[in-house]
Amino acid sequence: MSNSLYIQDWVIIRAGKVIRNSDIIFKAAHDKKLSSFLKDIYKNRKLKYPKFFKMDTLSKLGYLGSEILFKGEEPAPETALVFSNASSSLETDKAYAETMHDYPSPSLFVYTLPNIMLGEISIRFKLRSENIFLISEFFDPSLYLDYSGALFQQEKAREIVCGRVDLHNTDYDVFLCRISPDKGIDFTEEELKKLYLPTHE
Amino acid sequence: MKRNYLLSDSIISPMGFGTRENLEAIRQDDTALKFHQNTGFPGNGGYAGLIPEKIINEHFKEIGDPDIYTKLEKLIILAINQVLDENPGLDIENTGLIISTTKGNIDQLGKKLFPEERLYLWKMAEVISQFFGFKKKPVVVSNACISGALAIKTANDLINAGRFSHAIVAGGDLVSHFVLSGFQSFQAISPQPCRPFSIDRQGISLGEAAAAMLVGPTEETGKEFVEYIDTCTSNDANHISGPSRTGEGLYLSISRLLDHNKVSVEEIDYLSAHGTATDYNDEMEAIAFNRVGLKDVPVNSFKGYYGHTLGTSALIETILTRHSLLNNELLASANFSASGVSKPLNIIKEHRHEELKLVLKTASGFGGCNLAMLLKKVVNE
Repeated sequence: MSNSLYIQDWVIIRAGKVIRNSDIIFKAAHDKKLSSFLKDIYKNRKLKYPKFFKMDTLSKLGYLGSEILFKGEEPAPETALVFSNASSSLETDKAYAETMHDYPSPSLFVYTLPNIMLGEISIRFKLRSENIFLISEFFDPSLYLDYSGALFQQEKAREIVCGRVDLHNTDYDVFLCRISPDKGIDFTEEELKKLYLPTHE
Repeated sequence: MKRNYLLSDSIISPMGFGTRENLEAIRQDDTALKFHQNTGFPGNGGYAGLIPEKIINEHFKEIGDPDIYTKLEKLIILAINQVLDENPGLDIENTGLIISTTKGNIDQLGKKLFPEERLYLWKMAEVISQFFGFKKKPVVVSNACISGALAIKTANDLINAGRFSHAIVAGGDLVSHFVLSGFQSFQAISPQPCRPFSIDRQGISLGEAAAAMLVGPTEETGKEFVEYIDTCTSNDANHISGPSRTGEGLYLSISRLLDHNKVSVEEIDYLSAHGTATDYNDEMEAIAFNRVGLKDVPVNSFKGYYGHTLGTSALIETILTRHSLLNNELLASANFSASGVSKPLNIIKEHRHEELKLVLKTASGFGGCNLAMLLKKVVNE
């Protein structure tokens, strides 16, 4: 089903590095906290989207990943989002729970769902497209292949951004790739695994 | 393309442990929404649909040890167990399990009664899967309040991709202090049982429930089945916690679905809406339905019976819609008084019988997500 689909571009934000299509495009200054690292990426990419500063960390990761993936170009309106992670919104859940006995914070509560990130990305890029957020313990390429394959087969998407945006304690992991029928890297489990965990960093 | 059907189901709610019990309660105009004190409501308590753990344990001890599962795990396991009991021939090795939930075991946060790992939705799914010995890795859909129906779409698509022969879609969410305090911080909780689409609506009521449904192909012939036709989703791309004023995403998901399947609005016999009873949501739905041309189609919200059951709501409502189709029965939109939305809707005011063939289910949620699903009654030749 998926052999006519190809990976166009991909982004990794992991271990203090931002990688786009195999190139390291930004490195964190030594020992920077995650929040400063993300702010540094925002500045380095010369992004101008003040809403960024209101987002929770998980949404910031997803937002930055998609900005870098699209490289300032507006994606096709029928670009679907097929995302997953292991920890859902647990970091923000814990932050909200700290507030809930005294003054529950509505601005934190709204981020206690993982798919809020899809809303943020949709708002930024004006995508009124198919969305899904799945939870899996590990990176599961077959889920992206099966679900994305169905979206294309049913002609519900022209392009798809699929991948993983995870945040657990201070560990973060972003891997997003843009899929379309235009020639590129084969959209297969094998290639996804290779791109997700490059052996030559 | 292979066709999949909604084959069998279970609802575990304050109104009863089983779909039949729930349908009977609805026909009797019963409600899950009762007044509760000391449940995290400010002041003197409030209305919610709650299932006491004692009652859950009485049912659960017949199939397992109630002490080693969380309240939500037990509810979801009970729902799946009923579906498996109804389908003894099911090939469990090739059947997928798709879990729909927004917050999972969030009531356990900070309590240390269970391993902390159980807060992860994938871990909760694994625990439920292992209870039954499913061989395929469970899939978890967590996409706010459209999760329950999105999980049915996922089941259909993954079966057609060859991943599973059949799938059990199971959903559940609790009325936790976490969720209740959050909706209160939005001032979205109604002081009275919620009144979807009504002039005197004052917000949502929360409810807890679990449900399960078997989805897949069938070779049985000579009887009526409810066929899964198709689903479209669309983001509003407007706001993360409020619906679009123009109902853009819901309008797009319905109109794309109808176009895609060459269905005209005149063919739709019934519309099962989301209807949470917040000012903005119900108004948004009325606008979207009118933009599509659905104003004359009989419509209800089931939230007046159950409250908003979050990740379970669209699954429960799809199950009730399936039975409405099979029974040619339109169920009243509970607690409706008089229209409180700016566009006309044909709200079902009393239970009645009507020939039903093709129906539409919709749902919307935080993050700007919207979903529309088509279901059709067919006789397998």
